Amino acid sequence: MSAPQSPARRYRPPAPLGGRPRRLDSPWRRNAMAAGFLAPALIIIGLFTIWPMLSALRLSFTDASGFGDPEWVGLQNYVDVFSDPDLLKAVTNTVLYTVLFTPTAVLAALGLALLLNSPHLPFRSFFRTALFVPFVVSFAVAAFAWSYLIDPQVGLLNYWLRGMGIQMGNVLQDPTWAMPMVAFVAVWKLFGFYFVIFLAGLQDIPSSLYEAARMDGAGPWSRLRHVTLPLLSNTMAFVLIFAMIAALQAFDQIYVMTGGGPYGSTQTLVMEIYESGFRKLEIGFASALSYVLLIATLMLSLVQFAFFGRREKDMA
Amino acid sequence: MSTAAVKRNRQRLQKLRELRPSTVLATVALIIVSAIVLLPIVIIVLTAFKPVAEVNAYPPSLLPDAWTLDNLKTVTSELPFLRLVGNSFVFAGGVTAFALVFDSLAAYALARMDFKGRKVLLIAIIATLMIPFQATLIPLYQLVADLGWVNTYTGLIAPRAADAFGIFFLRQFFLALPRDIDAAARIDGAGEFRIFRSIVLPNAVPALLTLGLFTFVNNWNDLLWPLVFTTDAEMGTITSGLTLLTGPSGIVPHGVMMAGSLIAILPLVIAFLFIQRRFIENIATTGLK
Repeated sequence: MSAPQSPARRYRPPAPLGGRPRRLDSPWRRNAMAAGFLAPALIIIGLFTIWPMLSALRLSFTDASGFGDPEWVGLQNYVDVFSDPDLLKAVTNTVLYTVLFTPTAVLAALGLALLLNSPHLPFRSFFRTALFVPFVVSFAVAAFAWSYLIDPQVGLLNYWLRGMGIQMGNVLQDPTWAMPMVAFVAVWKLFGFYFVIFLAGLQDIPSSLYEAARMDGAGPWSRLRHVTLPLLSNTMAFVLIFAMIAALQAFDQIYVMTGGGPYGSTQTLVMEIYESGFRKLEIGFASALSYVLLIATLMLSLVQFAFFGRREKDMA
Repeated sequence: MSTAAVKRNRQRLQKLRELRPSTVLATVALIIVSAIVLLPIVIIVLTAFKPVAEVNAYPPSLLPDAWTLDNLKTVTSELPFLRLVGNSFVFAGGVTAFALVFDSLAAYALARMDFKGRKVLLIAIIATLMIPFQATLIPLYQLVADLGWVNTYTGLIAPRAADAFGIFFLRQFFLALPRDIDAAARIDGAGEFRIFRSIVLPNAVPALLTLGLFTFVNNWNDLLWPLVFTTDAEMGTITSGLTLLTGPSGIVPHGVMMAGSLIAILPLVIAFLFIQRRFIENIATTGLK
């Protein structure tokens, strides 16, 4: 139904004298205003993130060492990273750490989120809080506590496991077990965060879908496989990539628990960047390692954006 | 007891009666997992109050026989403890305060102002999200050293006074606020800054709180950052200060380490327990929405 427009609605007041009604609308002024809002953040990010990033790239092609003038050495640092077995270790150790940490943390988080999503469960909010507490504890403190628990002489956990017939030995001095141990501490510290993200993802699945599946005779296992997991795949991809990026940056608990040892078996990329850049002052080489880390992170992030690209298209 | 409480209790009892074997199994599994997860925190608290003889005794025990404050006294004499905790508050609090102001200003411009190059700028900011700080650490250290900021609060705080994640997160939140909440103010002739400060910010308190907590926790707990930018033990944070105790200078008794750890986690754990429900919910939506 369309009413005929009254003459009053078609009436527009004449433009006020003196041109544009509001100075605020001039494009120049708008741009200047926006620049004012953006300036502090952009200066900080430009100076302390972008500039160092470019600077690290330049350094990675030199033999900078903190003494004398750095000389251009081309790709030599990168050749060293990937050819010298001692130096390659930082890369392979980081990959090993990522492989140990990511699936363990993500599956633990997913399993617990599925368990706690059931409305019948008693003490749900207690469990949720308990599982999340490690996230507010620092990696350093987590490392102290776990080192003490697994201490071969006075460690309580070591003692209890021995009582159950499991010989743990001196885990942190064992080149085979030191890496799984530091990865485990990261699982302990971070899985609660992924767990909470999964829980939020589970709660977004409409219950009507479960009703429908039940009507069609789907059992709990089949509901999990055909309703829950497919609808959780976005959350899953997000958490996976998030966890992998966190794994690439492993440092804190390793610094505290093993210092990269024994025999370099826990020397990760960031540990090596710290050692070679700040202890041995091999700045050129450390910068090349930084770029290995940067590019690995970048590639994972691009995968992430490709995943979420469709959803985020309306953003910009 | 009010009738509502009686009713609630009755419902709970009913729930318990209806327990299915699978629920019992799940509960038992969760109790075991929670116990393992909480074990390190329990051990920190209990060991902090254990006498040295008991800490090093074999077989080890969970509970102290005699409670003591000796470990807490030792750790405060080994380290400039108050100073380090104070540094942690200044560093984490300073970063949080500056980042909230600068991030929200930038986010406001990106979400609610129309200007040239907005899309390009947004993409550039998202791109810097992908740069891990560990990768820029060496030139960043050189820059901070050239500015004379090593071992200063400025050096610890300034490089983190704004960050791409915060800008992006707040932008998403500002974008979701309805457009017309500021229409009235605009008609009254309010400028952008007044709209930002008195209309958009008050409506964004939950987002600011979440980002603030997240930033505070991350910086309080960070080890590499204070390790690199402070060389003077007096300027470190509690997190980096504790690692000095385990250094090659000697083996510090476990009890003392646990006492130090207790002090380091206490402020965050207490704060967390107070606001945990909201904090967990907000964090859950942080990354996803």
